[in-house]
Amino acid sequence: MATVLKIENLHKSFSLGFIPKKKKILNGISLSVEKGEIFGYLGPNGAGKTTTIKCILGLIFPEKGKIELFGHPYLSLKAKEKTGFLPENPYFYDHLTASEFLYFYSQLFLINKKEREEKIESLLRLVDLELSADLQLRKFSRGMLQRIGLAQALLNNPSLVLLDEPLGGLDPLGRKEIRDVIVRLKEEGKTIFLSSHILQDIEMICDRVAIIVNGKIINQGALQDLVSEKILFTEVILSGVEDKELEGLGEYLSGQAGRTLLKVFKEENVEKVLELVHSRKGKIHSLIPRTETLEDLFVGIVKQR
Amino acid sequence: MKIRAIALNTFKEAIRDRILYLLLFFAAVCIIFSRLLALLTVGDRVKIIKDVGLSSLSIFGALMAILIGTGLVYKEIDKKTIYTIISKPIHRYQFLLGKFFGLVLTLFIMLLLMSFIFLALVFFHTFKIEWEMLIAILFIFVELCLITSVALLFSCFSTPILSSIFSLAFYLIGHTAWGLETLIKKVKPGFGKTLAQVLYHFLPDLENFNFKTEIVHHLSIPSEVFLFSILYGIFYTLFILALAILVFRKRDFI
Repeated sequence: MATVLKIENLHKSFSLGFIPKKKKILNGISLSVEKGEIFGYLGPNGAGKTTTIKCILGLIFPEKGKIELFGHPYLSLKAKEKTGFLPENPYFYDHLTASEFLYFYSQLFLINKKEREEKIESLLRLVDLELSADLQLRKFSRGMLQRIGLAQALLNNPSLVLLDEPLGGLDPLGRKEIRDVIVRLKEEGKTIFLSSHILQDIEMICDRVAIIVNGKIINQGALQDLVSEKILFTEVILSGVEDKELEGLGEYLSGQAGRTLLKVFKEENVEKVLELVHSRKGKIHSLIPRTETLEDLFVGIVKQR
Repeated sequence: MKIRAIALNTFKEAIRDRILYLLLFFAAVCIIFSRLLALLTVGDRVKIIKDVGLSSLSIFGALMAILIGTGLVYKEIDKKTIYTIISKPIHRYQFLLGKFFGLVLTLFIMLLLMSFIFLALVFFHTFKIEWEMLIAILFIFVELCLITSVALLFSCFSTPILSSIFSLAFYLIGHTAWGLETLIKKVKPGFGKTLAQVLYHFLPDLENFNFKTEIVHHLSIPSEVFLFSILYGIFYTLFILALAILVFRKRDFI
């Protein structure tokens, strides 16, 4: 597979404050994104996710390191022509209407007039904002702004789409809508690079992830390689058995309305619990084996640091 | 094309700024107030109207350039609207030039409106359209272009309030720097004289664009003076724009 984005040993620090004090933000970031994949860039707040994306787009200049987009140096217009970008909490000219807004950006791509109108129409349809085409952006809700932001990122039919926290601050429905669009873009053969700290979503759609903490990449690879499929424990909700009898079989978590939630670690203990419930004529309400999630991995890594 | 898109968007944004209309209103009040001043004057009343009117055009035009120009780039960075623009296939200098031309277009329209009020007032007194006034107005426009570039330069690295103070200082120094010439003649040779001479050459001389007295009093102006003033305006503006581009090229948008 062809490499779309390649970053090698990226360093960046900022001097902030009245008496400038240097603060290192990126500390030797290296990663590569392959064509056609959804690449998740994970990290806690302040880890350097947005700074990396800004370096890729030439909004800030790295002190050291190399960035290549489609084999071109990252600041070249050729590279930018194939790239789309949605910033975190997008801010736009709020006096423009949705279609005026897209029209303005399309001029920066030198898209010709005829193509422009068709493009704007199809993008508004894609992000489900056809009915709001003539509404000023200042009247848009957070989710709508995110969607129109996504539309402007797709104006040039980019091969690589960089999304900075695209799911942040959205309600579950809004998140699903954006997630669906991202998956659709992948199906069209586009490469997606998205940063997020909402792990559930990343887990659902990403092929590969990189985890960044304090400006360093701690772990990167295919999702299934990072997260083991081994069962960590089983959560059992049962009733009809005295709590005392369950001692030693698992960790008692809570008991409500006669039901007990038990966290059982070994497989043979699960068998024992089932036998016990059966013999006491009790009831199993649910039994859920839990494998390691991205969240477990992430929390583990961040805590280690 | 890209510069034009940015310029038109800047124009649309600037034209919505309420401060512009407030200044336009006060400019109109000042121009009309000149009529009152004229009533109190002994002698040629129309000259007072022309003099005060042209000065109002210059001062309020400069205030518009400064108050809007200093916020132009800063607002884009502060509101983060610049992120989605710079990430498009556009050079940073194109963005800056777009901003510049957008504001110049705004000022052109404003100057046109103010000139219309002014020329109408003059017309009511003389019953003829005094086209030579347009020469003075043209040079006011050249001056406004230069002030816009200065405001834009400061806007690239400073907050609007500081930039406004700097730009206003530039305007005031520019209109008083000619006093240094007299100073140089009066001061004895030495450090003071050298300093005055260095400053005289280094500081902008905005009086080069001031043809109000000559026009109002129908004095003849040699064409090389016009040419010099136009070239002075163009090259000074280009120099300041080049500085602004240099600053803006290396700027991190945090």
